[in-house]
Formats: sequence, structure tokens, C-alpha cells
Amino acid sequence: MSWDWDFVETIIPSLMAGMLITIQASLLGSALALVIGLGFALARRLGAPAIARGVGWVVDFVRGTPLLVQLYFLFYILPDAGIRLRPLVAGVIGLGLHYGSYISEVYRTGIDNLPRGQWEAAKALHLGTWATWRHVILPQAIPPMVPSLANYFIAMFKETPLLSTITVVELMSAARGVANYSYRYVEPMTLVGLFFLAISVPSVVFLRFLERRVALRTE
Amino acid sequence: MMPGFVAEYGLLILRGLWITVQVTLLAAPLTMIVAFVAGLGRASRFRPIRSAATALIEFFRGTSIFVQLFWAYFVLPLVGLPLTPMQAGVLVLALNVGSYGAEIVRGAIAAVPRGQHEAAVALNLTRWQRFRYVVLPQAFVLMLPGFGNSAVELLKGTSIVSLISLQDMTFNAEMIRAQTGSTALPFLTILVLYYVLSAGVVAGCRWLERRMSAGLDVTRV
Repeated sequence: MSWDWDFVETIIPSLMAGMLITIQASLLGSALALVIGLGFALARRLGAPAIARGVGWVVDFVRGTPLLVQLYFLFYILPDAGIRLRPLVAGVIGLGLHYGSYISEVYRTGIDNLPRGQWEAAKALHLGTWATWRHVILPQAIPPMVPSLANYFIAMFKETPLLSTITVVELMSAARGVANYSYRYVEPMTLVGLFFLAISVPSVVFLRFLERRVALRTE
Repeated sequence: MMPGFVAEYGLLILRGLWITVQVTLLAAPLTMIVAFVAGLGRASRFRPIRSAATALIEFFRGTSIFVQLFWAYFVLPLVGLPLTPMQAGVLVLALNVGSYGAEIVRGAIAAVPRGQHEAAVALNLTRWQRFRYVVLPQAFVLMLPGFGNSAVELLKGTSIVSLISLQDMTFNAEMIRAQTGSTALPFLTILVLYYVLSAGVVAGCRWLERRMSAGLDVTRV
């Protein structure tokens, strides 16, 4: 095995282009997962029993099946149903749906962990539903959720290479393209690994910091 | 749809299912070993061992599993370590999921109350006896729910071995799609099969948890 710096220099531009798509997909996927997760959590909490049970089953199903197969399913099924999406959009929907299912559980436990007395006190003060959620429940429930949410965002970021299987030209796909074209695997694959390490190690350090802050607040 | 069609492709899916189950079963014990070695390493008295375990865990958690798989399959042969798709898949899954599992092992050991260690010291048990007969039996029960989750992650993770041409369930479904142009049926079928498998894993872990915690006064964490 030999490492060729000149070769590295020539492939950096295409890897950088892929990196931007990777970051874009992670950010969009995270935003969508937050919204979908909230939708699932609210449907399970406030919806009619049939809806709550149905959504609970969907969440279970999504969490019990591989993201890769879900991506294939979305990518190939949606055009059949007459919905044409750019691969990146299909990928972001897949990420959002998969991680939204995990995140709905974070919301759920975050809200369930609040002491009953908080609800009762809000009722005793004659606060309406909106005021109860806005001024009593959410301000206390959200901060402890932040580390778990961040944890899922980091996990999602590391699963974005799967989008290459549905023809999104993100970092992994760019690296594979370069590798197939030049028959050199060492440099592109190693650089992709280093890139992921370079983002996730600082994120984990930041996550630990968040965890400590939250622990201090709730003490 | 013709019965012959269903029989032919059904068989292909079942053969893929068998590979998926094989990869999961081969990787599971290895995952457990990685989790214990790395988890105990992090709880070690010696700083160098702790640092080495932390580096291993952060490396495998920090780089994507997909990237690790490609690296193992395409780069290791260049340094004289050719791996079959099955070997590469099992190895990478075990190292990756095991690195997440290490945190479960470490957390469970730290959750055994201090008094238990102290009582074992007072009874003049050796370091090994304290671990083997006092700490581990209590910590292991605490690890079970976490290991259940890891087992599901492992099962779902096996789908990526299809990308290095191992003919698991996902690979064969994708092949059926390419050959027949039918999309909904193969993918829905394997989604349901994956779900049934994970539900089975979850049920098995619950059962084990009940059995192992019977008669133990476990402090829930």
C-alpha cells in the first residue's frame, strides 16, 4: 500500500463537493426528523386511540427495519405512485422518517418524565391547554431532551453514506466514483473515514459538554 | 401474479434471509466480546488501557459503519489481508456495534452499588473473585436491555453487507427489483421479514431478562 499525495490533491475537489451534499443532507434530515418526531409524539399523546395505536405501530416498524431498505423502498416506490423526487429529497425524507421515529420516543419520555404535579398545578392555576404547554410543560421538558436529540443527529450524520445507494452524490458516492475511475481505494476511502472522524469527535465532545450542563440544571 | 413467479423469487428471498440470519448469529458473539473487552478496558485501573479502549471506541463510533466496511473490503486486501464479503461484514459489524455496546458494559458495572465492592473486599475475595462472583452477575442483568437494543441494531446493520456483494435479504430483493421491475412486493416482503426478526430478538431478550433477574434483588437504573 502506498499513499500518493499528488493523487490526494487531485481528488480533494470532488470530495469537497460530496462533503457539502453530506452536510446538507444531515442538516435537512435532522430538521425533518424533529418535525416528524414531534408529529408522531403528539399523535400518540393527543390523537384518538386508533390513531395513537396506528402511529405507535408505524414507529415500531420503522425502528425495527433497516434504513437502507427503507431508502430503497422510498426511492423506487414513490415514482410508481407518480411522485418524482430528486434523489436527495427522497434520501432526506428517508432519514427524517427513520430518525423521526427514534426522536418521537425522546419527546415522549421527555414529556412523561415531568412530575404529575406540574400538570395539576397548571390546571389549578386555570391555565388553558396552550398556556400549559407553552409556559409550563415545554420549557421544562425540552432542555433534558437536548443531549439525546444531538446524539441522534450525530448518528444520522454517520448514516448519510447510505444515500449513495440511491444515487445521491454525497461524500461516499464521490469517493467511490473516484475509486472506481482510478482503481485506487486507499486514499479516497481513508479520506472519507478521516472526514467523518473530524466531524464526529468534536461533536461528541460538545455532546458531553451539553450532557454536563443539563445534569447541572436538573440537579 | 403467477404462482411460479412467487415460488421462484420467494426462494431467493428465503435464501437471502438465511444469509442475514447467519451474519447476525456469527457477529453477535464477536460483538459481545468487543463490547466486554472495550467496556472493561474503559473501567480499567491503568491509564494506558483506558486510553486505548477510549481510542478504539471513538474510532469505530466516529467513522461511519459503511465507510469501515468499504475500507475493510477494499483497502485491507492491499496490505495483504484479503477478506471475503462475509468475513469483512461480520468483522466490521462486530467492531462497530461492539463499540456502542462497550458503553453499556461500562455503565452497568459502574451501576453496581459501591457497597457490593466493599463487602467483597471485606470478605477477603481476590480481585478476580470480586469481579466474577459479585460484580458481574449483578452487572450482567443490568446490561441485558442494552444488549437487546444492540442486537436489533446488529440485525438491521447486516443489510449493508449487500453493498459488498454478499447475497443477503436486501441484496436479493434489490436483484429481484432489477430483474422484474416489481418494486413494492420484494421490498415490502423483506421489510416485514426484518420486522419479524427484530420483534423476535426483542421478545427473546425480554424473556432472558425475566429469567436472569429472577431471584436477584436488582437495583434498576
